[in-house]
Amino acid sequence: MDLNFTPAELAFRDEVRQFLRDQLPQDIAERVKNGLALRAQDYTRWQKILYQRGWGAPGWPKQFGGPGWGPVEMHIFDEEAAAAGAPRTIPFGLKMVAPVIMAFGSPAQQQRFLPGIISGDVWWCQGYSEPGAGSDLASLKTRAERQGDHYIVNGQKTWNTLGQYADWIFCLVRTDPNAPKQQQGISFLLIDMKTPGITVRPIITMDGAHEVNEVWFENVKVPVENRIGEENKGWTYAKFLLGHERTNIAGVGASKRELARLKNIARKETKNGRPLLEDPLFAARVAQVEMDLMALEITNLRALSAESEKRAPGPEASILKIKGTEIQQAISELMMYAVGPYALPFERASIEEGDLHSVAGPDYAAPLAANYCNVRKVTIYGGSNEIQRNIIAQMILGL
Amino acid sequence: MDFNFSEEQQLLVDTVQRYVRDEYSFEARRDILKSPAGWSREKWQALAGLGLTALNVPEEHGGLGSGPVETMLVMNALGEGLVVEPFLPAAVMTPVLLTRIDDKAAAEQLLPDVASGERIVIVAHQEPQTRGEINHVATRAEKTSSGYVLDGVKNVILGGGAADELLVSARTAGRVGDTDGISIFRVDPKAAGVTVKDYGTIDGQRAADIELKKVAVPASSLVGAEGKAFAAIEAAHDQALSALCAEAVGIMKAVNATTLDYTKNRKQFGQPIARFQVLQHRMADMFLHSEQARSMSYLAAIRCVDSDAGERRRALSAAKAIVGQAGRFIAQQAVQLHGGMGMTEELMVSHYFKRLTAIDLTLGDADFHTQQFIAASNAA
Repeated sequence: MDLNFTPAELAFRDEVRQFLRDQLPQDIAERVKNGLALRAQDYTRWQKILYQRGWGAPGWPKQFGGPGWGPVEMHIFDEEAAAAGAPRTIPFGLKMVAPVIMAFGSPAQQQRFLPGIISGDVWWCQGYSEPGAGSDLASLKTRAERQGDHYIVNGQKTWNTLGQYADWIFCLVRTDPNAPKQQQGISFLLIDMKTPGITVRPIITMDGAHEVNEVWFENVKVPVENRIGEENKGWTYAKFLLGHERTNIAGVGASKRELARLKNIARKETKNGRPLLEDPLFAARVAQVEMDLMALEITNLRALSAESEKRAPGPEASILKIKGTEIQQAISELMMYAVGPYALPFERASIEEGDLHSVAGPDYAAPLAANYCNVRKVTIYGGSNEIQRNIIAQMILGL
Repeated sequence: MDFNFSEEQQLLVDTVQRYVRDEYSFEARRDILKSPAGWSREKWQALAGLGLTALNVPEEHGGLGSGPVETMLVMNALGEGLVVEPFLPAAVMTPVLLTRIDDKAAAEQLLPDVASGERIVIVAHQEPQTRGEINHVATRAEKTSSGYVLDGVKNVILGGGAADELLVSARTAGRVGDTDGISIFRVDPKAAGVTVKDYGTIDGQRAADIELKKVAVPASSLVGAEGKAFAAIEAAHDQALSALCAEAVGIMKAVNATTLDYTKNRKQFGQPIARFQVLQHRMADMFLHSEQARSMSYLAAIRCVDSDAGERRRALSAAKAIVGQAGRFIAQQAVQLHGGMGMTEELMVSHYFKRLTAIDLTLGDADFHTQQFIAASNAA
């Protein structure tokens, strides 16, 4: 056992750092480091830069254009990119639908869809949740009826993230309402968002952001060739995708960056004339998060290492999801409390616009309460943390 | 970066696990606890026979020259069996201190017997006001024409009553909290002026309070350079912290397994209580805690010998804090999930509970190490 990086790994880290210094646009990095909102073009611009460098899809196999990195390289890249203020990866194309297309799609589908994902030219979104199908995803009702070489899709998806920018959506739809088990009548369809009959309606979250949408399907015509794998086998592909969704969910690199921001703020804020970071109670709270994060980093590396040796992401990913999101929330909470009453002034525009400014109080305080509100989502999405505990109980503890 | 263990290390794990399973059963341990000494010289020799007391002794002194990773693996397995013989003080702290203190004569005289298990040598360092601050040494050693006279009190010295010889820390110069001016002396526990009050601890282990009243020792009993023992004492504590974390992780694994097993078998309301989601989620959290603790134990094993003092301190204190918190949570929940049975002496779970509790109170608790972590982070 050795937790130190090898000389080759250190050289790789230097290479990544150099690339980030040279290529990461500073206006984007400033937004990320100050907790401001990113625009769709920011994500796309960065994806195209990564693609030019050959690093457009770190987790993909070489045959599809991946760089052929091992888990340690992936970890180093994630960590360095996050520290430098690179945008997070929008997962829907790169980390969700692409692995499904690689594993279960036809060669024609692979050739058609994968290049646009890695190059950043095509934006994907997810059509999974429905008003009546959240944690109990298999109870979804969106209906796809076969008519010749098309499906006709009717229904409603919700919690669709950033679908307002999307070119394509991957959807779970019910193709056999009479199947003996809910899971057996589901298919996996790729749908062009420009198809007539699709309506995207914004849902505004409590921080004032437009991140999620309802997506309505009204007699939407989808060619059968856009189905992944077999009809009524969609649940298998969905479960595979959920496994991939959880890799990198630990978010260690991003949490380290946020922790550094928290400490910077707590050094500038004062209590009884001393920096807040020297207040024993506050310092202990920060230390707790920092120590939990140290442990998570090693746990994450252990999981990556096991994964590279044996198998696709297993139930251990649930540990990373739970701890990673709890830490994210703890940091966002401490950051808000660090500025005290100046967390309260709120002006959505100050988060949307590129320069950090506050309607009242220190500039760095402007996005903190909204961010705290926003981050409540992380223990709910991607399989709520309660669902993750069910997975640990069933898959690891054998209950 | 590599999380695999070598074949030799795996063999070591198998050996200790087999020993604990075959020779250190619940009943065997119970009998040891009931015996007058409260520990077993015979079991100690058996551990020595497996080479375990030689692990931290350099090869030139008859040891195996292994490192903290091997110690971690052994402590995992000893933890599962709740072995009460003084492995941590006598086979980790003492050989590390004697290896680091740079005293060829003392090393040659003591380490071969430490390696073979024939002589149990115990470091007597902790004092009533120490509470984790290892620079806190009030015991004094006054220089005389023929040697030194020691005065002071050492408290809750693990394995102190089993000692054939003591390595006592005492101040030859400076003030109570100084790192400089601390020396180590070889002391015969039966020497005039030494009182060893041996007692059992809540977790079934043994400890002793040691009083030194005008204890005269010859100049030759000084180990290492006068006033320069702190670095070796710190090294011994650092590796002991890593070992203690590993012991706790071994216990957590066992206590989680026994709790899982119990809830699968215990029936209430016509079904195994493991079917209840509230218990499933509790056990998922226990598992989460144990995985995070294991990660920190790995980090501690690697960093406890890091030459960068700041990194070493941060990693070890974070590890001890996380392990302490995890141990408390897991121990408390394990008893809760066993219901009334968890309260009894009859099941292993209450013994695991007590040892995990004791580990947090040993070498600085979670709060103390959180503060150490903050101090080390601020200094960085």
